Amino acid sequence: MIQAQPTIKPKKLDAATIITIAIIGVVYLLAFVLEQVMPATSMLFTVLKKGATYALVAVSMNLLNGFTGLFSLGQAGFMLIGSYAFAILTIPVAQRLSVYQYYDGGLVQFSLPWLVAIVLAGLFAALFAFLIGLPVLRLKSDYLAIATLGFAEIIRAIFQWDKIGTLTNGSNLLRLFPTFADFNVRDESGQVLVYWSTFVPFVIAGVCIAFILMLINSSYGRAFKAIRDDETAAEAMGINLAKHKMIAFCTSSFFAGVGGAMLAMYANSVQAKSFTTAMTYEILLIVVIGGIGSVTGSVMSAFLFVASSEWWLRFLDQEQMIGAWKVPLLRNGFRLVVFSLIIMAVVLFFRQGIMGSRELPDLFRKRHKLAGKGARKA
Amino acid sequence: MSENVLHLENVTMQFGGVVAANDVCLDVNEGEIVALIGPNGAGKTTVFNVITGVYPPTNGRVTLRGKVIAEDQPRGKMRKLYAGGHAYEYPHTVNQTPDRITKLGMARTFQNIRLFKSMTVFENVLVAKHMNMKAGFFRTALHLNGAEERRMREDTLKLLEILDLTDVKDEIATALPYGKQRRLEIARALSTNPSMLLLDEPAAGMNPQETEELCAFIRQIKERFGLTVLLIEHDMNLVMDISDRIYVLNFGALIAEGTPAEIQQNPDVITAYLGVAET
Repeated sequence: MIQAQPTIKPKKLDAATIITIAIIGVVYLLAFVLEQVMPATSMLFTVLKKGATYALVAVSMNLLNGFTGLFSLGQAGFMLIGSYAFAILTIPVAQRLSVYQYYDGGLVQFSLPWLVAIVLAGLFAALFAFLIGLPVLRLKSDYLAIATLGFAEIIRAIFQWDKIGTLTNGSNLLRLFPTFADFNVRDESGQVLVYWSTFVPFVIAGVCIAFILMLINSSYGRAFKAIRDDETAAEAMGINLAKHKMIAFCTSSFFAGVGGAMLAMYANSVQAKSFTTAMTYEILLIVVIGGIGSVTGSVMSAFLFVASSEWWLRFLDQEQMIGAWKVPLLRNGFRLVVFSLIIMAVVLFFRQGIMGSRELPDLFRKRHKLAGKGARKA
Repeated sequence: MSENVLHLENVTMQFGGVVAANDVCLDVNEGEIVALIGPNGAGKTTVFNVITGVYPPTNGRVTLRGKVIAEDQPRGKMRKLYAGGHAYEYPHTVNQTPDRITKLGMARTFQNIRLFKSMTVFENVLVAKHMNMKAGFFRTALHLNGAEERRMREDTLKLLEILDLTDVKDEIATALPYGKQRRLEIARALSTNPSMLLLDEPAAGMNPQETEELCAFIRQIKERFGLTVLLIEHDMNLVMDISDRIYVLNFGALIAEGTPAEIQQNPDVITAYLGVAET
């Protein structure tokens, strides 16, 4: 037997990787430049901010559902915890009396910088995930989904309970905490000098998604995929199932919590009743449309989803005239009909989602490798 | 007598009213190749699953190099239902999970091949290195354990080289031909650095020539990695050729034990396999 000596080639940046980095760089540059030159009220920035938030949450859900094979539907619950933790910790002390008007200014009488609060928001979500995970992660597939869904519903109810209103403000809004708009640099007269309100969420989401990507490509990521592919075999290979499922669950929830904090900054206010099951389904939809097991897919479809639902399909909700001809069917709510049809089309014709299990660099690589990756579903 | 590696003492595994393994006592010594045979449904895989920690035994004790890895007595509903012998002689409850047992140096393959289907051959083998990683979660996730990761990859490449799988290392595991998939399963098991290897029907679905190659292959890796081997197999040519000793299981109970020559002459074994002539 003559065989080449095994060697590990030092990691080289191939063309595909360079193109990918270039694309990401251009997107960030565009986000920054467009914000300076376009009117701040443009719908584009709403979409970009919310899109960045949803992209992070979708990727965190994909880490759990797509890469570890744990079908969890608790995402809205963990976002809620993140939102509340962020809001409660950052409302300026001077404003607390007006926010907690029914609770004498509330229990918490300090205020943290936004960056500290956003990390704590994630940590709180991860802590809850740990406690919930202890009993729940023993369950498999559908049962896990139902249990986590139930958890999200319970959390939503508890946060509206007026007995803990000094902390959560009951069913009232939390507001007046730092928002994305506060990142804009203003002069004394209030005139904006540099706009950062879109770029900063991009950076937060980017850093978090980069961490998730690195995790997926590390030894832990391989262990997660092993668990997804075959639990019994993974365990026989020395992978501690309970420990690794817990790590995946807590990591995913951490970033859902951070995403929740971002959603609070985007929306300028937080209210428990907005974190419905429908929100989890929206995120699940993003993950499925993007491709289960593809981070790129989740990010792309998050922006597409938000753009469609907030912007591009809005015209369907109003009566439109072409010349003297009134377009039929268009009225309030019709957007959702079209939206559902698009989703059905995607599910029917792109079973694997937009990206399947491919990532952005794969698009620039040779075809035969993709054929190999496509074969996994066979 | 060489050192004892695996020791089963009165292991009974009962599912409801079905006694899948009944009072099984079994010993595997250092450097041996031992086969566990028996007709279909005799309980061979059940015994394997008890040894590897997939099922906790209903009653009895399993030790690996003197360390108890599973021990239990009938409890709960089983107190009434229990139909095996030696009940309540094992008061402790030890139930090591499969991953712990793998860390103690016992690796296994599966009867129905269980490869990680989305991964390449290389990754399949690399995954098994994960359990011995020293770096913590954050260091690993941030790729700060470069030296360790490189060593894991190098070890994996070396192993693939030895097992003659280098040329297919970037293929998706399930795209391999059947024989190579079997070989990959063994490679993956070896990647955990075991001292004892459990093979569940390694020759299933192979033609005579492939079986012969497998036979040589098992001997080769046994020598090379200093293994002790316990295998389940239906292919009698392979079993008789390769085994130092054979245990025969029928309806959950051991009916014979001995060298291949002894087993071939054993009237109980012949009856179990061929049945009794009606007179």
